[in-house]
Amino acid sequence: MSITASISAAEIPAAEAAQPLTKARTGITGLDEVTFGGLPAGRPTLVCGGPGCGKTLLATTFLVHGAVMFDEPGVFMSFEETGDELIQNVASLGYDLGALVAQKQIAIDFVRVERSEIEESGEYDLEGLFVRLDFAIKSIGAKRVVLDTIEVLFAGLGDTQILRAEIRRLFAWLKERNLTAIITAEQGTGALTRYGIEEYVSDCVLLLDNRVSNQITTRRLRVVKYRGSAHGTNEYPFLIDAQGVSVLPVTSAGLAHSASDEVISTGIPGLNQMLGAGGFYTGTSILVSGTAGTGKTSLAAHFVESVCARGERCLYFAFEESPAQIIRNMRSIGLDLQPRVDAGLLRFEAARPSLFGLEMHLARMYREIEEFAPAAAVLDPISALRGETGDVHSMLLRVVDLLKSRGITAFLTDLLTVEGMDKADAGMSSLMDTWLSLVQLESNGERNRGIYVLKSRGMNHSNQIREYQLTSQGVKLVDAYLGSGGVLTGSARIAQEMVDASAALRRAEEKERKHRDMERKRAALERQIAELRAELESEEEEARKAQQHDEELEKRMQAERRAMAIQRGGTAS
Amino acid sequence: MNQTTSTAMEESPLPGSQYNLRLYVAGQTPKSITALANLKMICEEHLSGRYQIEVIDLLERPQLAAGDQILAVPTLVRRLPEPLKRIIGNLSNMERVLVGLDLRPVAAP
Repeated sequence: MSITASISAAEIPAAEAAQPLTKARTGITGLDEVTFGGLPAGRPTLVCGGPGCGKTLLATTFLVHGAVMFDEPGVFMSFEETGDELIQNVASLGYDLGALVAQKQIAIDFVRVERSEIEESGEYDLEGLFVRLDFAIKSIGAKRVVLDTIEVLFAGLGDTQILRAEIRRLFAWLKERNLTAIITAEQGTGALTRYGIEEYVSDCVLLLDNRVSNQITTRRLRVVKYRGSAHGTNEYPFLIDAQGVSVLPVTSAGLAHSASDEVISTGIPGLNQMLGAGGFYTGTSILVSGTAGTGKTSLAAHFVESVCARGERCLYFAFEESPAQIIRNMRSIGLDLQPRVDAGLLRFEAARPSLFGLEMHLARMYREIEEFAPAAAVLDPISALRGETGDVHSMLLRVVDLLKSRGITAFLTDLLTVEGMDKADAGMSSLMDTWLSLVQLESNGERNRGIYVLKSRGMNHSNQIREYQLTSQGVKLVDAYLGSGGVLTGSARIAQEMVDASAALRRAEEKERKHRDMERKRAALERQIAELRAELESEEEEARKAQQHDEELEKRMQAERRAMAIQRGGTAS
Repeated sequence: MNQTTSTAMEESPLPGSQYNLRLYVAGQTPKSITALANLKMICEEHLSGRYQIEVIDLLERPQLAAGDQILAVPTLVRRLPEPLKRIIGNLSNMERVLVGLDLRPVAAP
């Protein structure tokens, strides 16, 4: 049986030789993207880096994902930590290694190498290691292997010549068995590894790095080489936290975002009117800039409420206030966001900007966005992110890019330290599709808030500076008063409105008076007409009576003539 | 202090103490054959009558490799007397084997 198996296994690589490299997915967010599909399947990969940069955790994640997600059991051969230590250490990442061991998905073999306990006498080889590895692999049918850290052998055993030969043989042995392996190694000075292991692992090399800059550490990963495959060549930040390891390939700055015609309300009716389309286009980026206390967060809260009212999810990255504080503050302008949080539509992610480096913030955001899949994201405020201007700009570019590529509407607020355009703004402008500027209008001893649309791509928009008020019913835009002296706000506007109102009253009274005069004139004339008509009627009556009298007189004269004729002639003719 | 004294006493080849030795090999390779031959020779010379050798072929019983932390082959493990000792190699360097088995004190500590 074993002979047939080994023959067929030997034939397979020959048959597959012409096919492109098959890859074993790591299941680590981002790493599979950077390597275009995973680590080379059936080959060893070297993971090197300094102490504490996450080699062991990366390797463990590779095994756990293999067992849980891809049905590929794995063997963990540890030279540094015992099985129990390892199980404990990765429990903090949420991996139950103990259960996987019990289910025969993962086998852990701790190889103890202690120079003081070993006496060397004559020739030897590391066949014992091979036997143990082989046994562990066969016991669970492993497809993946991790050797962490094999270089410990160099410290424990004296004959480096034998060791080098044996390690070379071990890698060939792993390859022969078509096992996807991760070999970890400590970074040496001026070389990738302390003992030059990279000479033997030539297929894929990953370099991990943990760099401190301005007292903030950032973990980074780089694919140094990947034979037979294209790969991302940059340094990518990666995260290790309660959700495991994730690499963040956030430099893919393609400009192939699809453009949406769908409009999402700003949550403020007056502001919708200022934007020609009646709101923001979905999937675009919106910047709200203003000095302290201009109501940037209030505007953001309106937008959040508008998104949630559509039944869509919104992710809120708060860099300066805690979620509870934001919710309390927004209640004062009549917006209760708590029900949205409870309904799972709104999620706050609050972290001090100084907690991590920029890349880590980006990484964290990336993961949250991937996980929550929101329709809109709010960053409040971006000015809290500290670092070199270029770094901040590059990070924001990638955030906006990331959101755009997923069709997520980005709502960013920016605190300006001085009125007017900030240095960071100049760079930000090109990234933003819509830019609302909040200004303090100072005149007649008072400050009033004004808003104007600095730009809004793809729509006709108002050119006016509109006054707005933060009321207990939310942000309200006040109708602008445009007088000869320019835009009037606050009490100046109210005074002007009163002047206008009294003038209007006067005009109305004048009109009323004219109307009454006309009425009177009409009544007088109509009275005259009626009198004349009555006069005419009485004259007509008299004329008629006179005519009647004449007719009766005529009749009577005829009758008298007839009577006189009868008297003269005796008989009537 | 007590322990140090007792360890020092154990290090000398006590007459009568039984040696329980295990030789781990992987198949009948020249190295393993040489190792067994060397071991037998040393034992006959220094531990005549009070030793026991168990040869374990890891190709037949691979599950035993992890228990005794076998890494290299051949490995000689002294299970008794305590403490446990490991000597790797084909045992051709007799001096080092004797040191490893506590049959001879280390020349220069």
